[in-house]
Amino acid sequence: MANPLTAETLGGGFDDAPVQSARAFRAALDAMARPGRIHVIAGARPPAPLSVAAGTLLLTLADGTTPVHLAGDIDCDALRGWITFHTAAPLVPAEAAVFAVGRWADLTPARRFAIGTPEYPDRAATLIVEMPVLQAEGPVLTGPGIRDRARLTLPDPEAFRANHALFPLGFDTFLTCGNRVAGLPRSTRVEDF
Amino acid sequence: MTEQAYNFAYLDEQTKRMIRRAILKGVAVPGCQVPFASREMPMPYGWGTGGVQVTAACLTPEDRLKVIDQGADDTTNAVSIRSFFRRTAGIAVTEATAEATLIQTRHRIPEHPLTEDQILVYQVPIPEPLRFLEPREPETRKMHSLEEYGLMHVKLYEDIARHGAIATSYDYPVKVEGRYVMDPSPIPKFDNPKLSGCPALQLFGAGREQRIYALPPYTSVVSLDFDDHPFEPGKADHDCDLCGAGDSYLDEVIIDDAGSRMFVCSDTDFCRGRRAAGHVGRLGTPAGAAA
Repeated sequence: MANPLTAETLGGGFDDAPVQSARAFRAALDAMARPGRIHVIAGARPPAPLSVAAGTLLLTLADGTTPVHLAGDIDCDALRGWITFHTAAPLVPAEAAVFAVGRWADLTPARRFAIGTPEYPDRAATLIVEMPVLQAEGPVLTGPGIRDRARLTLPDPEAFRANHALFPLGFDTFLTCGNRVAGLPRSTRVEDF
Repeated sequence: MTEQAYNFAYLDEQTKRMIRRAILKGVAVPGCQVPFASREMPMPYGWGTGGVQVTAACLTPEDRLKVIDQGADDTTNAVSIRSFFRRTAGIAVTEATAEATLIQTRHRIPEHPLTEDQILVYQVPIPEPLRFLEPREPETRKMHSLEEYGLMHVKLYEDIARHGAIATSYDYPVKVEGRYVMDPSPIPKFDNPKLSGCPALQLFGAGREQRIYALPPYTSVVSLDFDDHPFEPGKADHDCDLCGAGDSYLDEVIIDDAGSRMFVCSDTDFCRGRRAAGHVGRLGTPAGAAA
């Protein structure tokens, strides 16, 4: 292993994993169950440039059984070492990923990611998209988990519309910014402006 | 062995991550059965091992847990699961529906309307609605993938041909968001309308069958029926004999050797709340009076 075991690599994990991951999961669950709602999710302190929210999601959900794809500037030595040490997740190309982390521009074309099979739609990738801003404004969302309508900053509404058209197949998405997270499952319809 | 010898909420972290990933995929594809590596739990299959694992994966120390079995808080299954999580997670428990943040249920939806701040976890014996029509899992998987649900309508039609009405009274199949036919667990069909548009997140866990599925809040859930035989949520044609409620689901209880019977709310918390508020049924005694 080329990565030196630095304090940056070894630190930044959960202090109390069972409780912190439980709280983080509830935030992630509510985000995925109510698209458009923005939740605070924290606990991990990953090396730059990964956000607290994306790092906490990885510590909560990824382990040795879930290949992770790092895209763009997330794919740096510091983060490779940190994710490997804390989750033991194998780092893989986009096509093999269960979780993929990066900015939207680095994750495109999104068609590369697993969308599940007709018999097992759950065998699909979950994208963790690092956003410059994350607010409850922008394209209108409807669908399961949304009472009337919601709004959310999306990097590329057309890509998520195409993903929804594949339902019940398709990837699912967490949008992260700082210590905040929002969910965008494949079931969500992205309406026109 | 002390209680502190267990991890928070009993399960180890690796197992909880696996269950959490399955729950998230279930939420993303409402009504679709997601396989998970169900663990042995310190209780027999049929006692809610699926629901217990989903609850364990969702609990936080801030949660207040309610467990009901056929609507009742005080039956063996409910009492033992509640005490299991009080000991292994150290969380608060309650019998009041409105005070609970997470409710694990066996075969009822509480009468008190649920809110956005609650999660309802169902214990599911047979998650596959098509299982009694087609025993082979690869075939039912294919039927779901092709939306081939004609067989289910044939079953309901045969009910009508034989009995003059759809005789299925619990475990009544539903269609979720116009896509997946789903087994709502053996809740009475009286509860089926509460599945649709519910503000709470609903999670379903089947331990022996190793499946998790979910209904996100405000999901459209339609009970299967025919134009000329529309779905009717049924209940016993009585009022509760203890609290007088005319709109709650009732249990019939034989009370002597002569076959006399009484009807009581299956939801014990709902019935207790009404009696405390001064409602008295046919055989009830006013609140405060000696039992």
